[in-house]
Amino acid sequence: MNISAANMDFKQLNEQIKTAVGNVCISHCCGQRFIGRGFKDKTITIHGTPGNALGAYLDGATIEVRGNTQDAVGDTMNNGKIIVHGNAGDALGYAMRGGSIFVRDDAGYRTGIHMKQYQDRKPVIVVGGKVGSFLGEYLAGGLIVVLGIGTEDTPVGNFTGTGMHGGRIFIRTNKELTGLPAQVTAEIAGPEEMSEILPLLSEFCSLFGVAADDLIKDSYYVLKPNAKNPYQQLYTAN
Amino acid sequence: MAINFLYPDYEVVRDFERCMVCRVCERQCANGAHAFLPEANKMACDDAKCVNCHRCVSLCPTRALKIVKSDHTYKENANWSGKTIKELYRQAGSGGVLLSSMGNPENYPVYFDKILLNASQVTNPSIDPLREPMETKVFLGAKPQQIQRDPKGRIVNNLAPHLTLSMPVMFSAMSYGSISYNAHESLARAAEQLGILYNTGEGGLHEDFYRFGNNTIVQVASGRFGVHPDYLNSGAAIEIKMGQGAKPGIGGHLPGTKIVGDVSRTRMIPEGGDAISPAPHHDIYSIEDLRQLVFSLKEVTNYQKPVIVKIAAVHNVSAIASGIARSGADIIAIDGFRGGTGAAPTRIRDHVGIPIELALASVDKRLRDEGIRDNVSLVVGGSIRSSADIVKAIALGADAVYIATAALLALGCHLCRSCHTGKCNWGIATQVPELVKRLNPQVGSKRLVNLLTAWRHEIKEMMGGMGINSIESLRGNRLMLRGVGLTEKELKILGIKYAGE
Repeated sequence: MNISAANMDFKQLNEQIKTAVGNVCISHCCGQRFIGRGFKDKTITIHGTPGNALGAYLDGATIEVRGNTQDAVGDTMNNGKIIVHGNAGDALGYAMRGGSIFVRDDAGYRTGIHMKQYQDRKPVIVVGGKVGSFLGEYLAGGLIVVLGIGTEDTPVGNFTGTGMHGGRIFIRTNKELTGLPAQVTAEIAGPEEMSEILPLLSEFCSLFGVAADDLIKDSYYVLKPNAKNPYQQLYTAN
Repeated sequence: MAINFLYPDYEVVRDFERCMVCRVCERQCANGAHAFLPEANKMACDDAKCVNCHRCVSLCPTRALKIVKSDHTYKENANWSGKTIKELYRQAGSGGVLLSSMGNPENYPVYFDKILLNASQVTNPSIDPLREPMETKVFLGAKPQQIQRDPKGRIVNNLAPHLTLSMPVMFSAMSYGSISYNAHESLARAAEQLGILYNTGEGGLHEDFYRFGNNTIVQVASGRFGVHPDYLNSGAAIEIKMGQGAKPGIGGHLPGTKIVGDVSRTRMIPEGGDAISPAPHHDIYSIEDLRQLVFSLKEVTNYQKPVIVKIAAVHNVSAIASGIARSGADIIAIDGFRGGTGAAPTRIRDHVGIPIELALASVDKRLRDEGIRDNVSLVVGGSIRSSADIVKAIALGADAVYIATAALLALGCHLCRSCHTGKCNWGIATQVPELVKRLNPQVGSKRLVNLLTAWRHEIKEMMGGMGINSIESLRGNRLMLRGVGLTEKELKILGIKYAGE
């Protein structure tokens, strides 16, 4: 079903998406928030720019955006998939627990903060370009991959992985990663670790028409929590 | 043993005449304070391990035990108290941040104890709750600004979603993890029987308790543990936790040792991993961001559930509350600096935040002054200890109160303030199966129902004495309050007169 979002407020639009039978294609999307919130089983294609909190609490549905997105995409997402043919704003995938988010270009600050995994739920964020500072802060589980396509610089900002206590962050760069916090160890990913992200790379490439060979042969840093220096304050019972 | 300069605070005193060496005390103490000496055929105890929880005392069949405060003392010093010296030794020995449990025990003023209630005499007859109907029911949520009618003149129901409570009390947030399964079940069952609500805290909702959904507030905090659409839709209301009275401005950290079995499943995080709740929500840096979270929650629950925003009582609480009242939230919960906790850094708990009485009075006034009081209901906690505190809080402007420490006391908590050890001998703040089963949810819920039934009657008595037959007429009714031992400034902030005025 096609819905034109022109001059429609978010409540109206979400109501229409909810009652629509089958898959939904939204045109003229212009900043409407909360699209697809909590949906379990639809495919929503969006032309234009959806507003903040796209796919919040998403629970199995698929959202594909032909354009850029704003902040808080996939907030507390539980399951499903979000594909962005463009850039994503700040706080992408905050506290995500499952499902995957693919962003063709760049993502903003605070990407993948406090993602966590549980049993078969393992959230994934793949960003094609670069991300802002505070990537994967408090990361408790899941996978974040930053490909840095189209940038010569390190594709992450400052304070990557501060407070990280689980999960993995992969960063494709041949520059040295500096300024990482004590809770994180960074090393060049070996074949075994690369095998963890190869399916994601090929999915990324097929989604966005990127040549997979170039991406696969490059060198990736893998960031893990430093078990010797866990993120916890030393307490003394009083 | 290395010398740590720490000496026991309490002494376990045993009357050997009475002790029949049944070893109940030994079996009951998870801290290992009691031991059996086979050669001597008598019991011994290590005072240093005693947390003064009274478990052994209450189960000793011959009443052979008592716990007394040690009279062992440092040299008297009005500046360097024994407590201060001990805390310093602890830190010098460990390099650790001091960690405490339950509410601020320090000697700050308790304003509820400096406020007195009115009663009718001669000119305005009091009401006897035994023979007159008295209404203690309250509705929480945004109130419509005006009556709307359809073209035929019929009244349109423009009520925002709200909560209905049989009395103005709810059990405040305590997560599954910080307290036990049986403690949660006791609270849930009592809430259902009483027609009030309990609160999941940020540990998710155990699948067994979805059946109490109509009496459940589900919490969303910065860690978003166990939060998913079904969880959000399972309760009667959703609470966004921005802050907690016991630890304003800091996050939480449930150690991996408590993330076991069902707790791990309910929080949806792996066993043995730490559960860290960041200090702020990293997607909320402004009222506008808060509004976004409020509305994303409303969207995902089809605008059926009121949204509560809980904050700690801090210096600018009235300005913050004014923002929240404009964020689309239906209820603001304010937690005073005496609010309880399963674990908080001692210095934060004891030195950050402000008393709930002052915070409540100033928030209520600010919202009324700005004409937005009806946008929200106000719920206050931290700490409400009795029905008199409730009546005073309502007269200061609250719609309802949150209780937690009082509820735990009803379940058998003895305020030994050792929750952070996870070895609660009363089966409340522990995940150790043998300890958890000491709390029987049937007995626990009955004790909670007893407590609040008694409080409800007391509330009616106090209201009746004032000539008020509905709790709604008491809300914000500061003429029913008078202060004693308060300064002009305190009276002004509380908005009450001095006794005799």
